[in-house]
Amino acid sequence: MQTGYVLLATIALPLFVAVLLLVVPSKRADLVRYISIATGFALFGLSTYAFFAYQLATADTYQFELQWTWIENVGFLGDKGITLHLGIDGIGAPMVLLTGIVTFAATLISAKIDYRNKDYFILLFLLVAGVFGVFTSLDLFFWFFFYELAVLPMYLLIGVWGSSSTFATFARTKEYSAVKLTMVLVGASVLIFVGIFAVFVEAGIGTFDLPQLYEVQYDENFQKVVFPLFLIGCGVLAGLWPFHTWSPDGHVAAPTAVSMLHAGVLMKLGAFGIIRLGMQLLPEGAEFWMPMLMTLGVINVVYGAISAMAQTDFKYMVGYSSMSHMGYVLMGLATLNAVGVNGAVLQMFSHGVMTALMFAMIGVLYDQAHTREIAAFGGLVKRMPHFVAFFSIAGLASLGLPGLSGFVAEFNIFLGTFQTYPALGALGILGAAITAVYILRMMSQAFFGEENEKWAGLKDMSRYEYAGAALLLAFIVLMGVFPSPFVDRIAETVLKIPGVS
Amino acid sequence: MPAELNLDYSLLTPEFALAGLAAIVLGIDLFAPKVRKEWLPYITALGLVGIIALSFGWLEKESDFAGIIFIDNYTMFFRVFFMATAAVVALMSAQYVRQHLKNPGEYYALLIISTIGAIYMAASRELLTAYISLEVLSFSLYVLVSFARDDARSNEGGLKYMLLGAFASALFLYGLSLIYGSAGTTFYSEISAAYAGGTEGFDLGLLMGLILVLAGLGFKVAAVPFHMWTPDAYEGAPLPITAYLSATSKVAGFALLLRLFSGAFMPVIDDWQWIIAALAALTMVLGNLVALQQSNIKRLLAYSSIGQVGYMLMAIAALSSATSSALLLHMSGYVVTNLAAFSCIIAWYNLTEKDDIVDMRGMAERAPLLAAVLTAALFSLSGMPLFAGFFTKFILFQAVASEGFIWLAVIAVVMSFVSLYYYLMVIKQLYMSEPEEEGRLQVPVMVTGLTVALAIGVFYVGLYPRHLLEVAEEATKLLFV
Repeated sequence: MQTGYVLLATIALPLFVAVLLLVVPSKRADLVRYISIATGFALFGLSTYAFFAYQLATADTYQFELQWTWIENVGFLGDKGITLHLGIDGIGAPMVLLTGIVTFAATLISAKIDYRNKDYFILLFLLVAGVFGVFTSLDLFFWFFFYELAVLPMYLLIGVWGSSSTFATFARTKEYSAVKLTMVLVGASVLIFVGIFAVFVEAGIGTFDLPQLYEVQYDENFQKVVFPLFLIGCGVLAGLWPFHTWSPDGHVAAPTAVSMLHAGVLMKLGAFGIIRLGMQLLPEGAEFWMPMLMTLGVINVVYGAISAMAQTDFKYMVGYSSMSHMGYVLMGLATLNAVGVNGAVLQMFSHGVMTALMFAMIGVLYDQAHTREIAAFGGLVKRMPHFVAFFSIAGLASLGLPGLSGFVAEFNIFLGTFQTYPALGALGILGAAITAVYILRMMSQAFFGEENEKWAGLKDMSRYEYAGAALLLAFIVLMGVFPSPFVDRIAETVLKIPGVS
Repeated sequence: MPAELNLDYSLLTPEFALAGLAAIVLGIDLFAPKVRKEWLPYITALGLVGIIALSFGWLEKESDFAGIIFIDNYTMFFRVFFMATAAVVALMSAQYVRQHLKNPGEYYALLIISTIGAIYMAASRELLTAYISLEVLSFSLYVLVSFARDDARSNEGGLKYMLLGAFASALFLYGLSLIYGSAGTTFYSEISAAYAGGTEGFDLGLLMGLILVLAGLGFKVAAVPFHMWTPDAYEGAPLPITAYLSATSKVAGFALLLRLFSGAFMPVIDDWQWIIAALAALTMVLGNLVALQQSNIKRLLAYSSIGQVGYMLMAIAALSSATSSALLLHMSGYVVTNLAAFSCIIAWYNLTEKDDIVDMRGMAERAPLLAAVLTAALFSLSGMPLFAGFFTKFILFQAVASEGFIWLAVIAVVMSFVSLYYYLMVIKQLYMSEPEEEGRLQVPVMVTGLTVALAIGVFYVGLYPRHLLEVAEEATKLLFV
């Protein structure tokens, strides 16, 4: 049975729990923890249901639709001016699933948070509600509402629960990173805001309903002017070069679960925005600007990979690696052919689970060792075999090993790119090769080799961490060996995007 | 001059009742000194709430008192608005006045009297009546700003405010006389009729009159470049009066501006539109940029409120029925939010006697509720979702963009983004800095109740604004007939 209430619940439940936690006494830290994990599980259940109940080969573009009028026929708003319009297509479905998985894993990993854990979970659930909202909203107003909502709690989450880093020549305090992240992301959303003004005025139909706005034929020059607003506005959240510097700093400073959500899900909002607002709304603008996005995407891949290679800190390395992998998403979108865009969406999912797992594992290590310097460790496999196993598989997925999720995604992207921009595709493969270098080097330095006696006291993962990691790992493998549930849903929808051949 | 005077005095009952309430408050202070002074704020607030309830009896009734005062839904809207604001400010003042000020009777009476002036600023449709109402409000405020008699800052702020205010009033009055010279009447409707066919050639008198009127009113609402008094008056005034200045005094100015420009000057819109657009742009940019370097929370909110005035002026520049209702909506959201912020700041000041931003560090540890509500209010002011500011700004900016002023809307969005930075710096002190002293502070129950109520208001406007927007539309519908 398909009902929009499922999607509504994914937004309403975290908001409700955020309010509920307000009235739980802050001394009952355990109660807060259990409520949060139970909520995470419920969200995982809801999103899994939404994903698997999504019907293939139906006439509807959007499923699980629900439309409630919020405001209409006032001022400049006409019929159905602003509606809470929810629905998912074949791109939204895997994204909702991804959010459910990472949220559940993040609540499990957060079980060890002790300091003001009530406030922490309230903010975390606000963020999650925002993310679900963006992936399911079919109304421009609410889309933007949830987009901003997803950014808002990051400031406090990083600033209060995060960690600062000190290097030989400079330091990055968590306050610095929190402000930088918030200001860059909100600054980018200024562009989206302006784009929304322009589209609403140009369309002149008095509604923010996206399916109705898709029907309008916009002037070609208008599209060329406005598309970059959405492209860059959303692209910044996807880690687009040269606006990426907030992302490694933000990832590193954030507490573990927030890094997971952030790199795993939040960056995907950016790429999702490029599809929803950019390509679907302004196809001719997309066609005009895609060569630029392709160039920037390739720079993302190569620059991110080279930067990752230069890092000595686990988290910074994964942070730059995220940027590099998001570059593949941008490349895939820029191909504007079915295979490439397909690969981009697959990569969004794949990178989401894999990077969340990596950040979770770094958290396991950092919470015990209080350092993240790769060179400080050695032979961890003897003390923490499970930890090493999980981390290694995530790493191998990241470098595109067949049988794991990354391979499926990147293969499609390269296929798409070689059909359109062969030379840039070759550079993209170079990026994958560099990824292999830094991942394998990290494994050989920290996990294997000589055991460092200093770390003899390290313990393997806790139950909660184990559960969260296993969940993420399951989906990395599932997508690697059995990608068809994903590919079927995505491919069908991708062909409906105007301008994708 | 309209021939017939229809004097249905019953329509003015709420204002008579207000004047009566002021007299009662003064009387209690004077003749019944044994009644505990702590009761005055509650008597004031209760009386105001009673009069709000009473005034709903006159909903949808209309009368124009020979074109001088117009009692319609627009007036109704601001009646409720100003009385509710005054009631909240009275409650916010209770502890502050007890701790810091003398003569509570005059304080609350002036609060009520200023409300009458504010209501008639919204109601009047004749230039001189508008002027007199403006003066009623202003004179009450001059006294209230300098009410802390023994505090040099309060005296300085009050004096600056009064001197510059008197100057602005003179400009305004001179502008009115020029307009009278050009149009030959002081009634809005007749001015509009006089210019209906357009002006003959270049009318210097009208243009000068408009510029002077804008300068005078620009002073009252604190638009750049007439804003110089604002930070000093805000800093010097007793804290609840700072809140009152940022709420009623501004909104009343806009109520007057909106009625004046929509009622009298629509036919010559080309003459003044560009002036207001320029003022709006200047006000937004300067207010928000200067706010970046403030270290005192009152001065910070003074400059941030100047920035807000810039957003509101955009609605007058792009005047249409859609922007007017958006303006009313935005002002409602802004006032609720600002009052929420001030109620936290006042409570904190009562507990710690400090109002610098650095002195608020660690508020989250010592008074978590105040910190949470203040954070919500500051996020709302910067236009973040869930809170009032996101929706009201979205509607206001979109309305302005839809009237063809997309460049103004772009400046507004960029400046809201800038404003986020200085609000984040305050939030950083609340949550990320260690408190100066340890230990939870005991916030009085009344204050907790008021703060939570205002916070709920901020969420209400942000999440379910439908009714408010419809009421705003209903209130402004007749402005353009």
